[in-house]
Amino acid sequence: MIKIINFLGTPSREKFSLFVPIGIFLFSLGLIDVTLNSLFDVNITSFFPRGLNYFTPLIFGFLGLYYLRIEFSGNKMLDKLNININSNWFNSILTLLIIFVLIQNIPPLLNWLIIDANFVGTTKKDCSDSGACWIFIKIWFPRLMYGLYPNAELWRINTSFIMLITLVVALFYIPIKLKKYLIIFLIFVFPFIMFNLIHGGNFGLVWVETTAWGGLSLTFIISVFALILCFPIGMFLALGRRSSAPVTRYASIGFIEFWRGVPLITVLFMASVMFPMFLPDGVYMDKLFRVIIAITLFEAAYMAEVIRGGLQALPRGQYDAAKSLGMGYWRLHLLVILPQALKLVIPGIANTFLALVKDTPLILVVGLLELVGMIDMAKTNPDWLGFATEGYVFAGILFWIICFNMSRYSQRLEEKYKTDR
Amino acid sequence: MSENIIQMEKVSKWFGDFQALKDIDLEVAQKQKIVVCGPSGSGKSTLIRCINRLEEHQQGKIVIDGIELTENTKNIEQIRAEVGMVFQQFNLFPHLSILDNCTLAPIWVKKIPKLKAEELALKQLESVKITDQAKKFPGQLSGGQQQRAALARALCMEPKIMLFDEPTSALDPEMIKEVLDAMVDLAKAGMTMIVVTHEMGFAKEVADEIIFMDEGMIVERANTEDFFANPKNERTKLFLSQIL
Repeated sequence: MIKIINFLGTPSREKFSLFVPIGIFLFSLGLIDVTLNSLFDVNITSFFPRGLNYFTPLIFGFLGLYYLRIEFSGNKMLDKLNININSNWFNSILTLLIIFVLIQNIPPLLNWLIIDANFVGTTKKDCSDSGACWIFIKIWFPRLMYGLYPNAELWRINTSFIMLITLVVALFYIPIKLKKYLIIFLIFVFPFIMFNLIHGGNFGLVWVETTAWGGLSLTFIISVFALILCFPIGMFLALGRRSSAPVTRYASIGFIEFWRGVPLITVLFMASVMFPMFLPDGVYMDKLFRVIIAITLFEAAYMAEVIRGGLQALPRGQYDAAKSLGMGYWRLHLLVILPQALKLVIPGIANTFLALVKDTPLILVVGLLELVGMIDMAKTNPDWLGFATEGYVFAGILFWIICFNMSRYSQRLEEKYKTDR
Repeated sequence: MSENIIQMEKVSKWFGDFQALKDIDLEVAQKQKIVVCGPSGSGKSTLIRCINRLEEHQQGKIVIDGIELTENTKNIEQIRAEVGMVFQQFNLFPHLSILDNCTLAPIWVKKIPKLKAEELALKQLESVKITDQAKKFPGQLSGGQQQRAALARALCMEPKIMLFDEPTSALDPEMIKEVLDAMVDLAKAGMTMIVVTHEMGFAKEVADEIIFMDEGMIVERANTEDFFANPKNERTKLFLSQIL
């Protein structure tokens, strides 16, 4: 077999100018064949027997890559490609298959997403069948962002989020001395301002029921509150689980194992259906609060285990040194142990936070409609039946953007707090 | 008796079934420098770790500077603030600069204002000759520099007693001298010191008395000259013949 392929001699540096053009020609032939075949339904190799012409692109490509595989060819780019994607016959086949899959799938995807998609119009009738109907997203956009929040009051949500973003951005630019006050303000004061602004009911603001909240802004509200709350709770649970006092330790273990053991969906059901039954008469707790608390406790259990991992990674000498300097339990942990432990587990913390953000759509089951919930509602609207795909793709893209940015931010933190041990 | 800054009576300590300290009696007077030596596993480290209660003794009585070590956390923290310790593995806090390492405890435990604490820290860093490393992080320093920084950190608490747990065992040979020099300076300044070490040259130069420990007991305690010239116990003789 090899002998037949090598009728021109083995591919080598000496015959560079012979083999490289042949290789490129055969490789391109394979690509052209597969492109025409899959996108234009033209089979240029139909003169081959049936079983064989199906594999022709692969055979052409394989031969092409074989001839191109010249060791130390002297051409830097070719050498680099050979080392990375064409180092032996197995890798060359993998390379070809991946390229073929991309050729077959990317153009149709782009077609659906952009080229054939419909952007102009206001009703379902303006949409053709061939591409995505982004009109659906366009018309429903305010609902997907704000839920059923009254249109006249939307400025309140916008203002609070613009304030939040401004403050967070400011965090990077203000001098270190003021920074800690801003962080304290952001964590302990701002959530209440934001909540009050959105909820209303005082200072001349119209009261907006939490059941009217929804869409992406609800995703954010739940995530922000749960993130801020679950972190300190998780920290105390982690410390509690390592405490030498049996009551604290077993209480923490019990709490953590309980919340880790139940699915979030059941927790949400319990929070919205069962919990109110246990409340005394006349006491009412908003469903949204109950859900936020449920998610917070659920994620705090995970956070606790992540932080405990960091605590366990620290050598005993750090405890000894801090103790020998006269530090008690809290000073030892707050000044020496936790700063190091948290730094070690930034990837794990980011993981938990991302999971939390992506868990928020589950509140759908208790009737709170955040982004995915609103899409579910929109797609069942009689005027807009049949656009579930567009909706979920849109939600997927938004969630990806949010999570990707969080992940990048965590990488930046890791880089920033990196000190040699 | 009141001049004895450390007073141990019949102190025993077990790790599970293993008895690490057996009825230890030890008095240390103010400004006394004592070197503790002995084979590994003989309880030297445990002994000095009991003095600032990094290890808990289960029997007997330990009185440090008039305060008895008991379950009372207040007492323990007070004693720890008065007793400095230097470890074999340095144990600097890797997330803080050398200067912050030195000021952390004075600021948060002794409540000294930040500026004053920094001033004090720089003075101590100067005494161990690493002022120029103050802004660096522990990971950027050599072993010898890290150990001297650890010494400065302990001194910033202005302790009455300094404990050294094999301070040079984790160091390269060429770095041992710089650490020992710093310790010699400290001894000359009149600090009460208990040093667990195998550096017999250092012992000869500084120690008032030498304690030889084996199997959790103090086998021999003698002043430095006698200890090296005519050790009384057979085990001491054997040990000395092996290390000298």
